Amino acid sequence: MNKLIGGLKQAMDACKLRDGMTLSFHHHLRNGDQVLNQVLAQAAALGVKGLTIQASSLFDVHAPLIDHIKSGVVTGIETNYMSGGIGRAISEGVLAQPVRFRSHGGRPDAIDTGRVHIDIAFVAAPAADARGNANGVAGPAACGSLGYAMSDARHAERVVIVTDHLEPYPLMPASIGEEDVDYVVQVDSIGDPKGIVSGTTRITRDPVGLTIARYAAQVIEHSGLLKPGFSFQTGAGGASLAVTQYLKPIMKRLGVTGSFGLGGITGYLVDMLEEGYFESLLDVQCFDLRAVQSIRDNPRHQEVSATRYASPSAKSAAVNSLDVVVLGATEIDTGFNVNVHTDSNGVIMGGSGGHSDTAAGAKLSMIVAPLFRARLPIVVDKVLCVTTPGDTVDVLVTQRGVAVNPARPELRDSLKQGGLPVFDIEELKNMAERVTGKPALVRPQGRVVAEVEYRDQRIIDSIHSITG
Amino acid sequence: MQIQGRAMAGTLESNDVMVTVSPAQALEVQVTSIVLGQFGEELKRVALDTAAQLGVQGALIELDDRGAVECTVRARVETALTRAKEAKS
Amino acid sequence: MRRSMMFVPGNNPGMLLNADVYGADSLILDLEDAVAPGEKDAARVLVRNALRAFDYGSAEVIIRINPLGTPYIEDDIRAVVPLKPALIMPTKVAGAEDIHAVSAMIRAAERENGLPEGSVGLIPLLETALGIENAYQIATADPRVKAIFLGAEDLSSDLQAIRSKENHEILYARGRVVMAARAAGVDCYDTPFTDVNDDEGLAQDAAFARAIGFTGKAVISPRHVPAVNEAFSPSDKDIAYAREVMAVIEEGERMGRGAVSLRGKMIDKPIVDRARRVLEAAEALGLGGYEHE
Repeated sequence: MNKLIGGLKQAMDACKLRDGMTLSFHHHLRNGDQVLNQVLAQAAALGVKGLTIQASSLFDVHAPLIDHIKSGVVTGIETNYMSGGIGRAISEGVLAQPVRFRSHGGRPDAIDTGRVHIDIAFVAAPAADARGNANGVAGPAACGSLGYAMSDARHAERVVIVTDHLEPYPLMPASIGEEDVDYVVQVDSIGDPKGIVSGTTRITRDPVGLTIARYAAQVIEHSGLLKPGFSFQTGAGGASLAVTQYLKPIMKRLGVTGSFGLGGITGYLVDMLEEGYFESLLDVQCFDLRAVQSIRDNPRHQEVSATRYASPSAKSAAVNSLDVVVLGATEIDTGFNVNVHTDSNGVIMGGSGGHSDTAAGAKLSMIVAPLFRARLPIVVDKVLCVTTPGDTVDVLVTQRGVAVNPARPELRDSLKQGGLPVFDIEELKNMAERVTGKPALVRPQGRVVAEVEYRDQRIIDSIHSITG
Repeated sequence: MQIQGRAMAGTLESNDVMVTVSPAQALEVQVTSIVLGQFGEELKRVALDTAAQLGVQGALIELDDRGAVECTVRARVETALTRAKEAKS
Repeated sequence: MRRSMMFVPGNNPGMLLNADVYGADSLILDLEDAVAPGEKDAARVLVRNALRAFDYGSAEVIIRINPLGTPYIEDDIRAVVPLKPALIMPTKVAGAEDIHAVSAMIRAAERENGLPEGSVGLIPLLETALGIENAYQIATADPRVKAIFLGAEDLSSDLQAIRSKENHEILYARGRVVMAARAAGVDCYDTPFTDVNDDEGLAQDAAFARAIGFTGKAVISPRHVPAVNEAFSPSDKDIAYAREVMAVIEEGERMGRGAVSLRGKMIDKPIVDRARRVLEAAEALGLGGYEHE
């Protein structure tokens, strides 16, 4: 039997692509992805309409999606993250049906349990063989882990591997197995390497960010969790990544060897693995070239599926074994609820990704953020959108001090005894407002353009249009 | 007093505001800001108040704001108005 | 304690906003080299407003003004004195007569503003060959002078020397400034380390400055503050040793012994004085068991 098929058009014919179907995509090619655009362009050329896009994340490179919405090719979007370019269009009301936001754990849960039905999964694969075995560690568009593609490949009605790099059968290793694959399509290019992984991620050089990172490392030190077997996850940007640089000397001083690092893996975590700070890395996504090389070459650095990473219906998931997670925020309110879906004007420019999953699973969830950005305080009375509920958030760390969730009085005491500047979250809000003045409330008033489905399947918030 | 000259103060850097002052019959403030929804009215009020405190009754004050806090806005408006007064004298 | 003094450009609202976050003991709000000639007026107003609006907590405020002979210095002093900074930093100070001139202008401003005479101190910046030569005269020119500060960048240019990583060209100037300051009974501060990315070089430079007797050191980047603070803070070892010294002295006094020794070394007055200074610093910084409430 020949799975190798001439092109996307033939694949669509073979899969009997019809109006109203749900097509799925993973986001491991990030802002260098070319597959989603190629697939939709082909679908549009075939005159197909009313498609639902089930994408683990959407980036600015996917801007053609907006035209497909306007022309009726796409009428539904379900995703875990949406960057500002597309987010703004959604906030302006371009899509009639509300976007369904899930999290990186909630999405595979929905797919694995059948709540979400995928007609065709188009799985971009940096390397594949003619039977559909595929991985992300070889080929010109190597991206590392394919964790977010695995539930799609397992459960979609039809699975189409889209690759620009065929290798002889049998491909090893195989993140996606031939037993799940219907067709294999070879294209000229699945993505632009420069947009897929950054050459190297860099920690912030901003002194405010470094001050925040230093306090964050001290919070970890005094949390009682920094002992042998310690496990850790951190975000990929700003102050979050800088925390690793302040954590290392503390771990060295205390003689602590950690068990695993989790994520979202960057070169900084690879360094920690290679330098002996952790025994292993569990990787659901690679952010830079060093992470890709490491997952390929180091047996202690392993790929995990999104299900194993964070699915609430898995028999167990890695986030539930996690000691500490360091996360960001656009806003946090006095109830510790965090918003990473929208900006301060309520315009969509993000999404949970793994935020709500890791916050729920980790023993200590920390938000690192400057006390105010431009003139906007980070702490507000009520967030414009609840991404992560306050009962899963333990500490806010700013450059002027930290606030501890009142539900954790023993943690508050430990941090105070450790010499950290501890305040009530309301005090941090007042501190910011003394400098910035109190901002007037901006809250979009239009119809619902997105719903936020939490990992327990409840809709915990909705996002409104900034126009009518 | 009326402003006779034209002057600028401040920059487009983060946390700053670029203020341009030019002659006008009455006192008028126009605001562009990265935090327009949250602080647009406040920026206008502060600019008008600063001008009033300097005894200026006629000027067009344009703000291109990048998140300047109140003391910065006052400083830049005061500097621009002072420069405008000196520009003509 | 004045271990670190951080320069903050006076015309930069973003930096003025967060200046006290970095842990520098003193902030030098700069109206001079960090501000373009066309913006001196803007910087004065911004610094004035910032000092009225922001609470810099325990950080000491120093304001660096333009040199004598420029059209700016009079406006600087008139604007700055009512703000009641701890110290004013006059620049390009060449000799005692410069201090007298600046002090007179400040006195007039103090009177105008109803401030007690002498309430504003001076920390002159010595950055010319003549300034270094006259260091002792400058340090003793007026009771306002609380410290002297070495500026190597302009100095090396005045010396027609080549600025190097090893700092050979400023070795004599550093020693001279420390000597003059100690002879005059005032503090002395070392020139900032200028490579923002060389953490090891910074640590070595700060350690050297501490070793030859400087009270503290200036920094040009917030990222340099922790290393300089550390270099000029007594270490746990220093504190432990100082405690031992004081214990041995007290025991000697109780026993009526004139001379005491610790581990074979004679403990004479200079060692006792140093031990006392270390313990005072430790207490002020909340180190080594002197933790604050």
